[in-house]
Amino acid sequence: MNPSGFPEQVRRAWAIAKKDIRIYYIKGPVLIFGVFMPLFMFLAFLMGTRQLPLSFLISGLVGMTLFFTATAVSPAIFPWEGQAKTLERLASCPVTVEAIVFGDMIASTLFGIGITIITVIIGLALGLSLLHGITLLFAILLAACCFSAIGMLLAVPPTNVPSNIMMLSSLIKFPLIFISGIFVPLEQMPAWGLVLSVFSPLTYFTDIVRYSFTGIHFFAVWIDIAALAVFTLVFTVGTMYLHKRTMPKRM
Amino acid sequence: MITVIHATDLTKIFGKSTAVDHISFDVRQGEIFGFLGPNGAGKTTTTRMLTGVIPADAGTATILGHDIRSEPVLAKQGFGVVPETSNAYTDLTAWQNLMLMGELYGLPRARAEQRSSDLLGMVGLVERKDQKVQAYSKGMKQRLILAMALIHEPELLFLDEPTSGLDVQSTQMILTLLRDLNKEGTTIFLTTHNMEEANRLCHRVGIIRGGKIVAIDAPEKLKTAIDRVHKIEVSFDREISGDALAGLSDVVGVNRTGDKWQITTDNRDTTIRSLVTFSQQNNATIVTLNTLAPSLDEAFLRLTQEEKP
Repeated sequence: MNPSGFPEQVRRAWAIAKKDIRIYYIKGPVLIFGVFMPLFMFLAFLMGTRQLPLSFLISGLVGMTLFFTATAVSPAIFPWEGQAKTLERLASCPVTVEAIVFGDMIASTLFGIGITIITVIIGLALGLSLLHGITLLFAILLAACCFSAIGMLLAVPPTNVPSNIMMLSSLIKFPLIFISGIFVPLEQMPAWGLVLSVFSPLTYFTDIVRYSFTGIHFFAVWIDIAALAVFTLVFTVGTMYLHKRTMPKRM
Repeated sequence: MITVIHATDLTKIFGKSTAVDHISFDVRQGEIFGFLGPNGAGKTTTTRMLTGVIPADAGTATILGHDIRSEPVLAKQGFGVVPETSNAYTDLTAWQNLMLMGELYGLPRARAEQRSSDLLGMVGLVERKDQKVQAYSKGMKQRLILAMALIHEPELLFLDEPTSGLDVQSTQMILTLLRDLNKEGTTIFLTTHNMEEANRLCHRVGIIRGGKIVAIDAPEKLKTAIDRVHKIEVSFDREISGDALAGLSDVVGVNRTGDKWQITTDNRDTTIRSLVTFSQQNNATIVTLNTLAPSLDEAFLRLTQEEKP
């Protein structure tokens, strides 16, 4: 066994992910937040914008659910653990910072996927037909990785006060919802909104979900997939690099 | 003798303050090394640099042959850490904490389970193994932390104030465990405020003051090194005047401590002889007569207070 080898570090990241799921995710309030937050936002817009079809709104609901759930808890894990000194425990164990970050990402990815699949099932129960199931599944996997990397990126500022991070997180997450074609179709967006939407990974995921349920899409599917893959790679590498730099400042 | 910790010019600066200032020392295989110093001297910062929790601003530390900066995982694989503050996951049970540590140190599941059972038995937590740690007392948490640090049978154990604030039972259990571990070959790096603990446990102690090492030696050698004057404790069966004792040969000071007199002298032998003569002349029976060696406390205070403004 080479403790610093890639397979061994991935195994240890999985141990961290299991710990995160047990401590932070399998909690009543977290699960309820994961399901109800996007659902209530969806209902608010369903009542406010009656002219939009249900299939469009369900695409937005799925997009929101994955985005909110994959970024709900992960930004606060580092501050929580810094405060409880358990991060110091991890830092003194033979795991790299990358493995710690990767472990946190795995947990939020799995949580995001789990809750999103429930939302998809709700959509199907409401009578929508899934036209491209495999594409949707692949997109959910990719976008969950991407959004969990965003969640970890939000945790980079080396504060051990979770509320500071959650505030920053909300400041960044909510505007993204409005420029990603969730409530306003990309076709109806003003030019400036469309330019902004190109920089949001949520745009591409919502576009694929819409394609999967209705067959309609704004960008070509390969562009959506490629964009999500690039965002995932950039955010993952970025968050690992930045956490490596800021980790000692939390101790 | 093999060196397991080799620190060279280790330095840590926080803002404008130098917490650890170019310290160098070695810890040899199989020894219990005590790292002593007053609050804020740099003990915990040094331990954190040695364990790879924070990076050094200058200097190097080689742990078990691996540089802690360039090969952190290989270095950390060989040691266990018991930090100053209990940092087990309070939302997990003792068993889950131990299994998590087993996975983080790459132990096969069966081995981790076996070690966890053995260690829980060793630290007396078998009955409470399925209870969440948040319900544990401070002593129980500290014993669990020790068990977590030992899950992978480390060659080297770092302990930062392991008995601070613990009850007598937990303190004794931990100290006994440390002695047993050391007998089995584990090298121990112990940071403590407790001089008695260091005196009884450590083969060598290093004293740090203001971020600099001021002495490294065996406790007995440190004590004798500062022993420029000698102390004698004597009590009589009847009241004796301090002035009379102060007039004896080579006596430089006399202090009353309860029913005893503590005499400071330049020459133990002549003072004891004159005390015996004094008791005969004054018809006073000597009840107790002890020569006092300076304690590690005194050595510590002397070394950490010298050159203070």
